[in-house]
Parts: sequence; structure tokens; C-alpha cells
Amino acid sequence: MLVLALDTATPTLVVGVARWAPGGPAEVLAERAVAAANRHAELLTPAVRAALGDAGHSIGELDAVVTGLGPGPFTGLRVGVVTAAALADARGLPAVGVCSLDAIGSGARTVVTDARRKELYWASYAADGSRAAGPAVDRPGDVPRGLPLVGDAAVGAERLGARVTAGEVTTAGLLRAAAPQLADPWSAGPLEPLYLRRPDAVPPTARKAVSRP
Amino acid sequence: MPAEQPLVLGFETSCDETGVGLVRGQTLLSDALATSMAEHERFGGVVPEIASRAHLEAMVPTVRRALADAGVPAGDVDAVAVTSGPGLTGALLVGVAAAKAYALALDVPLYGVNHLAAHVAVDELEHGRLAEPTVALLVSGGHSSLLLVPDLTRDVQPLGQTIDDAAGEAFDKVARVLGLPFPGGPPIDRAARDGDPASIPFPRGLTGPRDAVYDFSFSGLKTAVARWVEARQRAGEPVPVADVAAAFQEAVVDVLTAKAVRACRDSGVDHLVIGGGVAANSRLRALAAERCAAAGIVLRTPSPRLCTDNGAMVAALGSRLVEAGVAPSAVDLGADSSLPIDVVSQ
Ligand SMILES: [Zn+2]
Repeated sequence: MLVLALDTATPTLVVGVARWAPGGPAEVLAERAVAAANRHAELLTPAVRAALGDAGHSIGELDAVVTGLGPGPFTGLRVGVVTAAALADARGLPAVGVCSLDAIGSGARTVVTDARRKELYWASYAADGSRAAGPAVDRPGDVPRGLPLVGDAAVGAERLGARVTAGEVTTAGLLRAAAPQLADPWSAGPLEPLYLRRPDAVPPTARKAVSRP
Repeated sequence: MPAEQPLVLGFETSCDETGVGLVRGQTLLSDALATSMAEHERFGGVVPEIASRAHLEAMVPTVRRALADAGVPAGDVDAVAVTSGPGLTGALLVGVAAAKAYALALDVPLYGVNHLAAHVAVDELEHGRLAEPTVALLVSGGHSSLLLVPDLTRDVQPLGQTIDDAAGEAFDKVARVLGLPFPGGPPIDRAARDGDPASIPFPRGLTGPRDAVYDFSFSGLKTAVARWVEARQRAGEPVPVADVAAAFQEAVVDVLTAKAVRACRDSGVDHLVIGGGVAANSRLRALAAERCAAAGIVLRTPSPRLCTDNGAMVAALGSRLVEAGVAPSAVDLGADSSLPIDVVSQ
């Protein structure tokens, strides 16, 4: 089947078009990785258009949409998730969500990305690639050590004081993580972002008087 | 209706309402709405992150409901319109990203539009083509603006706006002082019906001879109400909630309608449109009708359901833009939380 994969959980948005069949690795036909910073909404649909063009396919030929569900900074993350949901709905396609960290690196590793507020998103993986712990958001001191670190090299190294191999979300990684769900894509769960944090909101305390007694 | 009129799908997510509407030409086909208001209640105001999460959850189901209610397949849509500002950035972005994806998937043009101009456009769904130029008074929890509208698709000019709180915000804050629920507009409107609007002389902001003629200020009024109520409480006297609500509401709508009528007179315009959530207030509608009649101004107010934020208003403006041949938005459309009022579409 022909799959569109996208992810906006990190500052680099990724869009890929791949051919996927049960059992084998995906054949990536085209991939666009765009340094988006805070401009995911501006740049995502143009990247989808470009990736489809590079692959020589039209949107009408797609069979499924795969999206990263984070964790990642909320505003950008939502752009990717709602885009995947809307594209799938408009074309009558199944949509499959995966943990974005699953799509970074391979093998035994701990993946770390920037969670802002001096914290890191992380997840650890066994040698066969299966997720053993996480995803979670923690202060650097609470991120487990011992496995090779992969992910946001600059932020990770600065906060962990250790070498972090640069690794980005890839189309191949998204497809690999989505494989179990792609085998029966209509039974995939709803696209719910992995926020891992509650919204910042505090109920107001008793109203303060405006006048002095 | 002629089949060549454009079928436009409109998205609205600038605050706490997820609105998706469908119009054909200026005919309303459907108006699906989901709101996260109940989730904000205990915070006494809209929490942006909670609103954004709710928009994402509600988006696709709301689109499906709008299409089902209208009885049209998605493939029939001719254009997509979306509020691209002003509003809460995170909330706007959910709607903008969704609208861009639907436009891409359906291979139709996309129009990023101004939320305030959409509040004006929605009246056409009920009362037909606007007379242009018109003056518009837009009042809600997020905005309070007076506009001159020579051409709704290309020329909308700001006359004045609030310099502090929005009118709806003042209702929310005064409701809190009076122990009434959030949002404050409806409960104050209800309470005021049993009160005497002349019982307490609350101040009318920015109505002095040297004040900006078309700007509004509601912060001083809000403080005056709180002071008055606190003084009664300290004296151990009961607070006459109905009278305070009526006198406060009268102070707000007196200023709003006086300035709107003055704007019409000064601009030589004989049509006034009132929109936004506060335009659902019964006293505002009554006083505006009275003063417009006296001044020979034709007053147009959408029904309360269409005054509050919704997707149909965005579709209505989108439809006008298509008809007027305005160029669609560029592919890199984003959200602009402080989109200037004179930018009708981006
Ligand atoms: Zn509004």
C-alpha cells in the first residue's frame, strides 16, 4: 500500500511517501525534512505536496496516513496530528498514529528530545527495537543511562553532559513503528497526542478586593 | 438556488468554540459547533492550552457533522475558509492546519480570513446582502471594535476599539463579583431583567469631551462595580444583585450604542451591523434598535446563535471572497494572533 507519513514533534518536520507491504521494510519513495522551528503550520502542507510530487504520486493514490503523536512541543505537535486526521478524513483513508520517539534511531538506545523547561522527552528501546520504557518527560537527572543516547544531540548533550548521537524522525522509522497497525489500519486507535503534561492552568483563588477596607 | 454559487466549508477555532459551517452562496446549509466552555468554567476564563486540545479532539467529528447536516459529500466543496486571526495562537493553528489539509485533500482553494470581518459577513446569511458602506460594532469576550466597512471583501477600516478589557470580559468579571457563573453575559442579562438600570450611576468610560470618540474602556467600570459591591458587603448590607447587574449592563450598552450611532452619523452611513457574543445581550439589542430608529439608521443583528463564534460566519465571508474574485491564500498560510482588522483575508 502507498502510505503518507508525517511528523511535527520536533523542530524538523518530516513528510515521506512510502510503499509498504506486510513483512518487509517500507520502500521510501520520497522524503522531505524541513527545519520548521515554530512554523509547522505554514510549512507542513507544502511539504506534503512536494513529497507527493517527488514520489510521482497524487494524494488520490494514497492508501493510509501515518503520523507521529509526539511527545513534542504541543503547538507544533497538534499541527501534524490534525493535518493527518484531516487528510485521512477528506480522502476516506485510515490514519495510524505512532510514538514519534520510536521513529528515531534503531536498536538498543535511549532516545532524547527537547521538552523545553530544562526537561527531556525520552524512551528506551531493547536490541530488537521494541520500546522498553517511556515515553516520558523528565529532568535530565531522571533520564535512565547505560544505553547509547540518540536524538537531539545539542540539547541532549548540554542537559545530560554526555554524548548524544544526532538522530531525527524518519519516514522509514515512522513506517517501522506503524507496521503492526498498518497490517489492519482501520482498527488503529484514535489519533491522540502524547502530551505527557497537563495544561498549565490554575483555578483562581478567592477574588481579591479592589478597594482597601 | 443557482448551482453555480460556491459551496464553502468554513473553520473557526480562534477561542473556545470549534465551529465548522457550510454555506452555498449566502445560504446557510449547516453550522456544527463543539465548545470547551465547560472545561474553562472553573478557571474563570478560557485557558488556551485546554482550548487547543479540545479543538484537536473535536475537529474531524465537527467537520463530519457539518457535512452530514448539510447532506453534501466532501467532494462537492468548492473552497475552504478558515479564521487565521486574530485569536489565541495555539487554538487558531489547529483550525488553520485542518483547513489547509482539507483544502489540499479536496484540491480546492483556501482562504485565511479575519475573524472580525467574518462576524460582519454572517449577517448576510439571515438578512441578505449588506448595504456597503456599513458601520459594524463587534463585541465579545475577546474583542470590542467599531469598524467602517466600505467593502467587506477588500476594505474594512478600524474606527475604534477597547483600550483595556473587551466588553464580554467586563461581563465575566462583574459576574464573578456578583457570584454569578462564567461566562458572565447570559446570567447578568437574566439578573438585570428584575433590576433598575438607573439605580446606581456607574461611570461611562471614554465619554468625556477630550476622550477618543470611538474607543472603549470597561476597566474603570468593572472596578467601580467591584468597589460599590464591596462597600455594601463591608457595611453588612445585602447586595442588590439585580440592580447592580442592570446598572452595570446599562453603562456598557449605553456607551456601545451611543458610539456606534455617532460613528454612523459622522461617517454619513445609515446601516449598522452588530455582532459578536455580547450582541446576544437583550438590552444591547433593544437599546440599539431604539437609538437606530431615532437616528434613521437601519440596524442589522444576526440571531443570537450566529452572533457567537461559529464556522458558518467564516464560510459566509469565504463565499463573498470567492464571488468577488479575491485571490486565495498562499500555501504557506499560518495563523496571526494579532491580525490587523484591515486585513480581510491573508
Ligand atoms: Zn468572535
